[in-house]
Amino acid sequence: MDSTKKHQADGETRRDFLYLTAGAMGAVAAGTAVWPLVDSMNPAADTLALASTEVNVGSVEAGQTITVVWRGKPVFVHRRSAAEISEVRAEAWQELRDPQSDQSRVKSGHDEWLVLLGVCTHLGCIPMGSKVTDVKGDYNGWFCPCHGSHYDKSGRIRKGPAPTNLAVPPYEFISDTLIRIG
Amino acid sequence: MSRPAQTEKFQNPVVQWIDERLPIFTMLIKEYGVFPMPKNANYLWSFGGISLTMLIIMTVTGVVLAMSYVPHTEMAFDSVERIMRDVNYGWLLRYVHMNGASFFFIAVYIHIMRGLYFGSYKKPRELLWIVGVVIFLLMMATAFMGYALPWSQMSGWGVTVITSLFAKFPLVGDGIVTWLWGGFSVDNPTLNRFFALHFLMPFVILGVVFIHVWALHVTGSNNPAGVEPKSEKDTLPFHPYFTSKDGFALVAFLTVFLATVFFAPLALTEYDHFKAYDSMVTPPHIVPEWYFLPFYAILKSFVYDFTVTLSLLAMAGLLAAFPAAYVYFKKDVQKRNLAFKGVGALLGLLVLVTLLALVTANLEEPSLAAYLKVVIVPAALQGVLAMFGSILLLMVLPWLDTSPVKSARYRPVYKKCLLLLLISFIVLGYAGAQLPEGWPVIAGQVATIYYFAHFLVIVPYLSRKEKTLPVPNSIHEDPRCASKGK
Ligand code: HEM
Ligand code: FES
Repeated sequence: MDSTKKHQADGETRRDFLYLTAGAMGAVAAGTAVWPLVDSMNPAADTLALASTEVNVGSVEAGQTITVVWRGKPVFVHRRSAAEISEVRAEAWQELRDPQSDQSRVKSGHDEWLVLLGVCTHLGCIPMGSKVTDVKGDYNGWFCPCHGSHYDKSGRIRKGPAPTNLAVPPYEFISDTLIRIG
Repeated sequence: MSRPAQTEKFQNPVVQWIDERLPIFTMLIKEYGVFPMPKNANYLWSFGGISLTMLIIMTVTGVVLAMSYVPHTEMAFDSVERIMRDVNYGWLLRYVHMNGASFFFIAVYIHIMRGLYFGSYKKPRELLWIVGVVIFLLMMATAFMGYALPWSQMSGWGVTVITSLFAKFPLVGDGIVTWLWGGFSVDNPTLNRFFALHFLMPFVILGVVFIHVWALHVTGSNNPAGVEPKSEKDTLPFHPYFTSKDGFALVAFLTVFLATVFFAPLALTEYDHFKAYDSMVTPPHIVPEWYFLPFYAILKSFVYDFTVTLSLLAMAGLLAAFPAAYVYFKKDVQKRNLAFKGVGALLGLLVLVTLLALVTANLEEPSLAAYLKVVIVPAALQGVLAMFGSILLLMVLPWLDTSPVKSARYRPVYKKCLLLLLISFIVLGYAGAQLPEGWPVIAGQVATIYYFAHFLVIVPYLSRKEKTLPVPNSIHEDPRCASKGK
């Protein structure tokens, strides 16, 4: 009795302690119960299984772009001519919005291949410019029609609202003509 | 709700028997029969009931549409076409549901403007107003997900653009988007969950509307004079005076609505909404439904990245604010300290985010020039925050506008500023539909500035400084109240 009285004088009781611990346990239990619900909305195993795509680029000619589907999104594989490469490398990249050199956006030794995720970094539209007849924008690369982002021949953002360059997906050359994306 | 004891006596024995056990008829009479309405309420007060009717129309047509609709990427578009061509009256159901969303928003926008004009958000109706903003947000989410269901070009690409907004948040952004999509692109899992949620949310809205109306029946309705009813002379029973008035307004509204359904069902939609979704081809111009355009324009108005250079300039400005505050609050030490603390906190925040951006920056060739160009808050993230902020601002409006005068009738300057707000909103709607080039961008930016300035600067300023006109003592003494009390 005595000790209870002492605690009550402090404004604290055993009951407060029990409330707190019970509340904490309840919060943990609720969190544990909610997590499966939340996580069920994340990509399912079969969706994750589609994570990589192989592309044979043997038939792509210089100046041509092919579009392949990787994880439901387009990937642009563009083969560049030597002239195109030297042109794009002649520009001062340090001044660009998202400063990256062309060299850092391709695999060295495979400099003629530009592999880009064809998703505008602004809000996810697909930029035009891969087909011969497409509008290619002010920098002769890609142009996103949604809010007007212009990308250059290295897929770097030059004008418009997109904040960063077109992303380079993870990929590797299995042989000179076979690329695995993902 | 406290238990409404049975007070009425009913002639009909069945009604009487039920009411003794569940006083639902007593409640109906109390809330919708004798309920005292300010007698000067005009037709703008009919738009709450009209909105509720639209919600019910949407729910009824939606449930029937759902019986013929298939939420799968391979079949969704065709199932909607089948509804249009083969299902009995399917064309009617779809056109009512499709245009119903537009007319629901028309009614709710008028309802909100009414509240802004007559100060319906002020004490004692703050919570009623906040619950209303929640309904507005839920409606937007519902309509957005519904628009995805036909799985057209506009559906798929609209969803892509809007869900990608969340990717702008640092660190967690990409994870959130993958979670929203249930995959790495807008695909079947996305369509499936949107259907489940689109089916559910209207019923959630119905629940929140119940709370909204409950709160309304605690405070009672506001009115054009903005003075609370003081005696019986100021009010009239809801039935038959306002049931008939609201009924007339409803019939007029539904006439316009049905005329649109029958004679111009596609007037409010984009033609790309009638092409099946192709995840490899973006339509040349993606625009959301008209009711989202003003907010979409706010999003697009932010075009400058907040870089380290700008942050340094802002820091210099804040440093200069210290002596300025010292001079300005020379007499009031308390206010001066408060100003110092505020400026100090802002400065600290700036330094923190700037350092964070510099540390996480991944530069190919580090140099001073390169560091100065590091982006702290990209323009797109500013746009996202502003877009959500523009709606959340409405929630805190009761505390931004502290003027004791409710109705804009007696606030000559506020009235003009509100007109400017309406014009800005319309300009934003126009700019939202245009390609983001040239002068529509500038018009949108000017309107965005006005929108925020209105709520954050003009309204708080006016609530302190505006010279208001004399407010009538009571509703029946208001010379503008058509039927003066006897
Ligand atoms: C707040 C109420 C609601 C709003 C604002 C709303 C909004 C929308 C919108 C804008 C569309 C796209 C129409 C089109 O472009 O064709 C749509 C489609 C659809 N909605 Fe709703 N809806 C509501 C309630 C409901 C309910 C309660 C259900 C079912 C229980 C439902 C089921 C459907 C179905 C199956 C579709 C696809 C068929 C179609 O496109 O016509 N909706 N909704
Ligand atoms: S999504 Fe490409 S510019 Fe906006």
